[in-house]
Amino acid sequence: MTVNYDIVVIGGGPAGLAAAIAARDAGCASILVIERDRELGGILNQCIHNGFGLITFDEELTGPEYAARFEKLALEGGIDFMLDTMVIDVSSDKLVTAVSQAEGMQFIQAKAIVLAMGCRERPRGALNIPGYRPAGIYSAGTAQRLVNIEGFMPGREVVILGSGDIGLIMARRMTFEGAHVACVAELMPYSGGLKRNIVQCLDDFGIPLLLSHTVVRIEGQKRVEAVVIAEVDGHGKPIPGTEVTYPCDTLLLSVGLIPENELSLTAGVELSPVTRGPVVNEVLETKVDGIFAAGNVLHVHDLVDYVSQEAAVAGRNAAAYVAGSLEENGVSVPVTATDGVRYTVPQSIDPERMPDELTVRFRVGNVYENRYVSVYLDGDRIYHRKRMIMAPGEMEQVVLKKAELLAHPGLASITFKLEEA
Amino acid sequence: METIHLTCIRCPRGCQIDAVVDGGQVVSITGNSCKRGEVYAQAEATNPVRVVTSSVPVVGSAMHHMVSVKTAGDVPKSKVFDVVASLKGVTVTAPVAIGDVVVSDAAGTGVDIIATRSA
Repeated sequence: MTVNYDIVVIGGGPAGLAAAIAARDAGCASILVIERDRELGGILNQCIHNGFGLITFDEELTGPEYAARFEKLALEGGIDFMLDTMVIDVSSDKLVTAVSQAEGMQFIQAKAIVLAMGCRERPRGALNIPGYRPAGIYSAGTAQRLVNIEGFMPGREVVILGSGDIGLIMARRMTFEGAHVACVAELMPYSGGLKRNIVQCLDDFGIPLLLSHTVVRIEGQKRVEAVVIAEVDGHGKPIPGTEVTYPCDTLLLSVGLIPENELSLTAGVELSPVTRGPVVNEVLETKVDGIFAAGNVLHVHDLVDYVSQEAAVAGRNAAAYVAGSLEENGVSVPVTATDGVRYTVPQSIDPERMPDELTVRFRVGNVYENRYVSVYLDGDRIYHRKRMIMAPGEMEQVVLKKAELLAHPGLASITFKLEEA
Repeated sequence: METIHLTCIRCPRGCQIDAVVDGGQVVSITGNSCKRGEVYAQAEATNPVRVVTSSVPVVGSAMHHMVSVKTAGDVPKSKVFDVVASLKGVTVTAPVAIGDVVVSDAAGTGVDIIATRSA
């Protein structure tokens, strides 16, 4: 048996909830959110630290509090939920196949889909660290779940590889729970996390951040006994003679997040090799008609507030698509990222269809000081704004104005680049 | 006169702030982009404060083993570990609602520790 919904949202985390709420508020009366966990809120449930919601609610909330606010809005009516239910296939004609212990296999036919599956952590297997496979090696997010949700301590003497935000947050969390965190080693010459987390999670506790360092060996056969850390050269290669052994029982990995797009691929959605998320246009629609994407499945964000904003856009546009009011003009101006800008989302814009103001989000590929972010419409520079400092770990954004794009008839390209003064 | 270099932790922007302190008084704050940064720098240069978050076991909940908690407001940075210690051995019993007081007047700071999730 197949059930029908106008919009199916895959994932009940911050992106999925914001998309569903926005779609409902835009007038769509038939919305289903499918979540594989037993509760809504996604990864926010284990992010118990504060700092969420400054933009959305003008206060500093913890992850569970931020999730609860969106959950409350979502539960006000007009949205159906399937919890403890795993989507295993999405077809290009928007047939969703899901399984759950309670209901077995279920088929849901959607008119539009919002992909909101989030991201996952890069595992040890992606790093090629020599050594055995002892117990005591966890991704930072796994350790976060163990401590905050399950109530277990993964270890007592900890080394963290990678300076992503989750690793920094866990350095403080493990310290609060009585562990000793010896250091955070980061392969790159700059931190992958937010500056404020360096201050409040490492500096506050005297935990050293070793930039341009990596783990070259893990010792221990049954349980981690030590890790060997070495300095790396400008090409990321360990420098012989710089090895230092840190006795420890636990190694946490915070070495990057990867959008979780297995389902997008089954639907035939084209992915960007840079973001590893879908390629989308200005309404956040993928290359498959009626399939939208938002949040960390689209590109990894630093801030949940921006996830919520982005997902609301996807939800509203999915509702407009179902209502038949998302007219196609057949115009798609590519947005090119170059000269230090690694990518943009969206990757193309229809100037006729874009809203009066469109937020384009992007990341840079290195640490840049005193550079200008410039936007060109063909050869005409319409945006040129200095940024004191930009880093790969911090997402940037520029708001494009529809009127400016419409003032360039026959526009062929939009270019985002960094320029020197 | 002493200049203290700070990274603001009030939002992800992480403004680099210089606070000039003279005789225990902050005489100038530069580099911040907003009022929050000024408030942060003022406190950080004289009496640094933090919000502490943690989690405690919950009994009687079908879904949850742990309930996340936070200090209801800022506590002195020097008291952070005392506040953390005040949670040792504390458990809560379901039902728990967001905002329920888990520890009152944590470590003599005058600030309560409250639940940040329901269970």
